[in-house]
Amino acid sequence: MALTETETKIQAHGTRSRRRNPTLESLAQAAREPWTIICVLILLGFLAMAVLSPMLAGDPLAINPAYRLKPPSLEMIWGTDHLGRDVFARAMNGARMSLTVGVAVALLSAIPGVAIGIFAAMNRTGGALVMRVIDAMMAIPAVLLAIALAALLQPGLLTLIIAISIPEIPRMVRLVRSVVLSVREQPYVDAAVSVGTGGFALVRRHILPNTIAPVIVQATYAAASAIIASAVLSFLGVGTPPDVPSWGGMMADARKFFQFYPMLMVYPGALLSLLVLVTNVLGDRLSDALDPRKIARSI
Amino acid sequence: MLRYAAGRVLAGIPTLLLVSIFIFSLAHVTPGDPAVLLAGDNATPAQVEEIRSRLHLDLPLWQQFGIWLGDALQFDLGNSIYSGKPVTELIAQRIEPTLVLSLVTLVLTVLIAVPLGAISAWKANSIVDRISMGVAVAGFSIPVFVIAYLLVYFFAVKMRLFPVQGYKWLADGWLTTLNSVTLPSIALAFVFSALIARVTRASVLDALGENYIRTARAKGLGPSRILFIHALKSVGVPVVTVIGIGLATLVGGVVVTESVFNIPGIGRLTVDAVTRRDYPVIQGVILFFSASLILINLLVDLSYAFIDPRIRE
Repeated sequence: MALTETETKIQAHGTRSRRRNPTLESLAQAAREPWTIICVLILLGFLAMAVLSPMLAGDPLAINPAYRLKPPSLEMIWGTDHLGRDVFARAMNGARMSLTVGVAVALLSAIPGVAIGIFAAMNRTGGALVMRVIDAMMAIPAVLLAIALAALLQPGLLTLIIAISIPEIPRMVRLVRSVVLSVREQPYVDAAVSVGTGGFALVRRHILPNTIAPVIVQATYAAASAIIASAVLSFLGVGTPPDVPSWGGMMADARKFFQFYPMLMVYPGALLSLLVLVTNVLGDRLSDALDPRKIARSI
Repeated sequence: MLRYAAGRVLAGIPTLLLVSIFIFSLAHVTPGDPAVLLAGDNATPAQVEEIRSRLHLDLPLWQQFGIWLGDALQFDLGNSIYSGKPVTELIAQRIEPTLVLSLVTLVLTVLIAVPLGAISAWKANSIVDRISMGVAVAGFSIPVFVIAYLLVYFFAVKMRLFPVQGYKWLADGWLTTLNSVTLPSIALAFVFSALIARVTRASVLDALGENYIRTARAKGLGPSRILFIHALKSVGVPVVTVIGIGLATLVGGVVVTESVFNIPGIGRLTVDAVTRRDYPVIQGVILFFSASLILINLLVDLSYAFIDPRIRE
């Protein structure tokens, strides 16, 4: 099949941009900044903590009533809680829960969010309808919706992840839709349409790549807020089973003894705050690197 | 102006309808039969049937929704499974602490975040800007209950300046009320200010690039007059919008904070209802918060017309 001159040029442009992917280039540039490196290193530290916790620390679940609320010792370097459990082991193990929820919610909000967002921007009537539903979902406070879902569904980790992901999806949809709406007006999209690029190919080749950068940033923020939300749910005693160590759950346990044993609250609280802080700073760094127009952090 | 207002009000109705559909379906995602759940462990099949027909659970879903919505419009949100009291009565009893806590937080937030954001924008990339924006990132990264316990430890347990927990009702004197909500409000305002300060900074930064600011400078106006009179006036709309949208985040914080400080507000009601799986109360509380937020955001939309005359057209 003979190609017209324009088509050849567009194809050539396509191959060239594939070779020098702008998103990858900005990511590589962001990866050289000191703050990004610090954040990634700390995140890797948390990952190591989660993976290696059985080797680094003792059993997080072993109960020892004779050894309750003990101060730090050589054996248990952060002491024990009200059931005589090893606080250090529980804190290390708690990283698993937070990281799992963070990553899972980032993916589970990004994938449907991108699909629905592109649909809402490309389809006029269907899009208007979808956005009404999204507006309505945004009107329900996220934490409340997550609490209600977690309480009403079967308890478990999967429920927790779904309950936190659902309120995150609308933000992603709004972001993707606004990006696609502005991309759709670009001359190269008109050009692609005029040479007969079909709907699916248009989305895959010209629309989707433009959403990657903002979606990565938003997914990072979503992970950060998911980690907070899961801690809130465990703190309130909804969603997580009590035999899975979590930082929120540890803080809930520590409440009664807080005035006399504040460190029981400080260890999980500090780890939790550090993880969320690092994730948010990484989101800000990525946002600076990937989007020159700067994506405003949506609330 | 009237057409603008009518348009905003009409736009709120389908949103509210969809929200109520979500909330109604919440009870129906629960595994198990609600009638069995309500009847308790020792109920006979006849009792279960009686509950089923009394609560219209034997009707098709859309009819159940119609009845539920009709009742809700008449401020009847059903009765609590746990206490048997009407949900609206439970909410009404507990509205004062939540309202006081939210209002004090809101005032604190505006007093802290708006000047902080404006100064950060004025001194963009300076040390002041970097520190305040660093604190802002920390503000929405540290969970509100972590901040709450830090405050309690230092200001209540160590220094004994404020009560560790509890709420004093307005009827007992507003000063003691204010004293009892100081720590919870500061904890909430820390988180909320972080969001508002960032938006204020971004908006002021935009406004400072405008021509009228250059004109104001050329006229020889001082920095504080330019910043707080000229620039802040134009950022009213985005900042008020974010405060309106951010209230949804604030509600989440209020639920947690009330639990930490043992404040008998609607947040506590929610958490208690959740642990008891008292789903009429859960539905009622979420509907109450969502409807309030929609209403507040509607008022925010209408307030634009006063802040920015261009919108009135």
